[in-house]
Amino acid sequence: MLDSAFELLRQQADGEVSAVEIAGQAIDAIEASQKLHNAYTHIDRELTLAAAKKIDQKRAAGEPLGALAGVPVAVKDVLCTADMPTTCSSEMLRGFRPPYDATVVERLRAADAVIVGKTNMDEFAMGGSTETGAFGVTTNPWDIKRTPGGSSGGATAAVAAQTVPLSLGTDTGGSIRQPSAFCGVTGLKPTYGRVSRYGLVAFASSLDQIGPIAWSAKECALLMNTIAGFEKRDSTSLYTEVPDYVAATESDDMRGMRVGVLRESMEADGVDPAVKAAVAHAIGVFAELGAEIVDVDLPHREYWVPTYYVIAPSEASSNLSRYDGAHYGHRSSASDNLEAMYCKSRAEGFGEEVKRRIMIGTYALSEGYADQYYNQALKVRRLIRGDYDAAFSQADLLLGPVTPTPAFELGAKLDDPIQMYLCDLFTVGANLAGVPAMSLPAGFNDDGLPLGIQIQAPALEEARLLFAGSAFQSATDYHTKRPRG
Amino acid sequence: MAELPTTTIIGLEVHVQLRTKTKLFCGCSTKFGGAPNTQVCPVCLGLPGALPVMNEHAIELAIRAGLALDCDIPPMTKWDRKQYFYPDLPKGYQISQFDLPICVDGVLEIDDPADPEQKRKIHITRAHLEEDAGKSMHDEAAGSADSRIDLNRCGTPLLEIVSEPDLRTAEECLAYLTKLKETMVHLGVSDCEMQEGSLRVDANVNLEIDRHGEVIRTPIVEIKNMNSFRNVASALQYEVKRQYGEWEEHGWTIQTKGKRTFGWNDVKEITYPQREKEESADYRYFPCPDLLPVRIPRERVEEIRQSLGETPGEARTRLQKQYGIKEYDADVIVSQGRAMVEYFDTVATTCDDGKRASSWIQQDVLRTLKEQNTDIESFAVEAKDLGELLRKVIQGELTNDRARDVFKHLAENGGSVDSAIASLGIEAVDDSEMESLVQSLLDANPKVVEDVKSGNQKAIGSLIGQAKKQNRNANPQTVREIALRLINQS
Repeated sequence: MLDSAFELLRQQADGEVSAVEIAGQAIDAIEASQKLHNAYTHIDRELTLAAAKKIDQKRAAGEPLGALAGVPVAVKDVLCTADMPTTCSSEMLRGFRPPYDATVVERLRAADAVIVGKTNMDEFAMGGSTETGAFGVTTNPWDIKRTPGGSSGGATAAVAAQTVPLSLGTDTGGSIRQPSAFCGVTGLKPTYGRVSRYGLVAFASSLDQIGPIAWSAKECALLMNTIAGFEKRDSTSLYTEVPDYVAATESDDMRGMRVGVLRESMEADGVDPAVKAAVAHAIGVFAELGAEIVDVDLPHREYWVPTYYVIAPSEASSNLSRYDGAHYGHRSSASDNLEAMYCKSRAEGFGEEVKRRIMIGTYALSEGYADQYYNQALKVRRLIRGDYDAAFSQADLLLGPVTPTPAFELGAKLDDPIQMYLCDLFTVGANLAGVPAMSLPAGFNDDGLPLGIQIQAPALEEARLLFAGSAFQSATDYHTKRPRG
Repeated sequence: MAELPTTTIIGLEVHVQLRTKTKLFCGCSTKFGGAPNTQVCPVCLGLPGALPVMNEHAIELAIRAGLALDCDIPPMTKWDRKQYFYPDLPKGYQISQFDLPICVDGVLEIDDPADPEQKRKIHITRAHLEEDAGKSMHDEAAGSADSRIDLNRCGTPLLEIVSEPDLRTAEECLAYLTKLKETMVHLGVSDCEMQEGSLRVDANVNLEIDRHGEVIRTPIVEIKNMNSFRNVASALQYEVKRQYGEWEEHGWTIQTKGKRTFGWNDVKEITYPQREKEESADYRYFPCPDLLPVRIPRERVEEIRQSLGETPGEARTRLQKQYGIKEYDADVIVSQGRAMVEYFDTVATTCDDGKRASSWIQQDVLRTLKEQNTDIESFAVEAKDLGELLRKVIQGELTNDRARDVFKHLAENGGSVDSAIASLGIEAVDDSEMESLVQSLLDANPKVVEDVKSGNQKAIGSLIGQAKKQNRNANPQTVREIALRLINQS
């Protein structure tokens, strides 16, 4: 049962299975699924078994064990790991081995989790289909002709394919929630600053956030308990106490909770009827659990995507300038002077989507255009945050779709960036506002593809999201369905 | 410059390295001279995933500098990224301050070199914080074409102090730089060690040429990275003539040619054009998303203002008056900075002899600091201990020579004067013991006794050497006195 962290913890506590056996099963499962799904960029059987063995030894010696003892966890390849490569699925960083662990990785290790490998992604987390990376496409475990979503497609497919019960993804504009919806799993993007970004290779620093992916909200809560909390190495880290998220999932009584429905979101062009139906159904479920249903709106919704696609590429163009072949990244052998070396190294090392965004960002920040684009986008971002403040004065939670459609076919949008960007239609608002948001499995369409709903909460209220998500899952069984392997 | 019918317009940009122990955005040491790439971490190397964390001490020092330059300290400042590709810039951008610098609108008053009775007010546009880049070393090993990069300096905090184009002559620039340096050192803001690169100067220069009442402005030239005052003066003097010649030859004006970047070759003593692209550089500044804006409460600024204390000029006057030392000596002490003035104050009041304190500090203390490559704040010999040591010399308990031994011991091992004296085995010599020593010497040297009796007191000198040989603690003055007394009695 590589799909329930709680079950694995219980089995070990009861002596039914050892951490080494679990780790072995996980690696076996990964190797078996890799050909079909290609969810991982790197695994290491020896390292994984050795880490698991240490946990077993600690248990045998009666030493205290961490909250994730012996639980296999997969980590998106954008997070630094000192013992495994960190490539961001880019040719630029092929074979790059950071000399340090990201804070979340340190915290996983401190909680005695067993890190089994690094998961595939869109290059530098730019994309919505896990097709833009240098190490091949990841497929959706529910239908291998389809994308798992992106950019954390590897991290969600790893869970959906039951190779691990928990994984860590990152979400800059929806990169945890959209693939979670496509893969029928639960994914949380925490409040900006809730989880330290130290060791997360930056895409867009003011939007990036690390979050948990699992089948259920309760499992996400378990992972959040380990990774959340202030850290002084990240200046944007929030100095507030971390509640017990697992404890927050113990009630399913939603009486007194106002669920605000983003009805106008669903009227947007191109929203699949099955997605609308899933949201409508979810409204009923929340009402039955005792929630009060109210209508709310985020009026500047139509500016989300354009605002996001100015701010994110601008920051990316800056964050990615260090990959110049001199300090980091691939160095072209075909140059004879410094400038040519920079140009050729970057031309050879980056993929199309990354180059496209660097160009957009460079343009948006350039002298004479910054006021028209970048500075304007910052102003709109403030309006968007204002919308959220207003909405949360009317409702405790916001409910709406995650994505306009279920998982689309591989290659369907690869040559049409605008169509690809519109996948983020419903998700980027939470990143621009910095609020937490979660994707929950909420049904299937006629082709058996998972459908998701999104709930959002005010800043630092991820406990509320996990509680509501768990309540929803106590009344539904979508999160218990598994793809036919 | 007077021979040309022009006015020279000069604005200076001075980078001073702040005297913090650690870098601007990480905990690495800022110490100069380490082996290449030994003072680095993921943050200053710009490793993927690393994040900057601001050094509060740098903010404090920048505010001190700003207040000393009569600047306003706005209640909010922020960090921006300045993007450019360069091999010694690991992140591909420098964290700096663009539109909201930490200090604005200041003034530095200098003596007018043309008329010592007059003062000139040089306006300061702004002073902003930024991180330093690394250092590229080309072809260091003979015969190889290697370029190597040392990133030890990466992330070292700099304060860039930008003047208005108020300066008119090289002499004024020197007066400005001298005053600026003195102020920064005095307040402990910077060491201003130019040979270590902790004070670097860029100059923006152009000419206003009066041609029959019509004022023509030549193109602005920014002369980059001058690292000595002499270079600044020579470069400016050269550049004024060059610009005039260029105008005579080509007729270029600020309208036709704008601004260019030049370097200074201190071997050939010429300025020369650098990277022409610089003039059109677009740094694509934007707020650094990894760092929060910095709020500086009024109260904090006032607290720092209260702690500024006397100016270097005030300190110089006071030291001369209070301790009766010469202007030159006061200058040397004040130019070492506030901490040295405080050190001197303590030494001088403890031993109650300003002149002796001043001479010991100028000779022994400064030399030892240099040898130990340290500063007065980290010096092992505390001011009150040196004061006590000098008091013992004044009271005749120790000779100057023995005091130097004690000082050396303290500088190497720290501790108190008494414990140093004890561990060196120095003992106060008992008078009767000394008397019998001198008596035995007189007995052994009847010639000396004769010479003295016949009026040649200098003859005692030969006894002093012998006395010291037999007892290292023998005080020459005491030996002399005892010998004279014994000879007179005999």
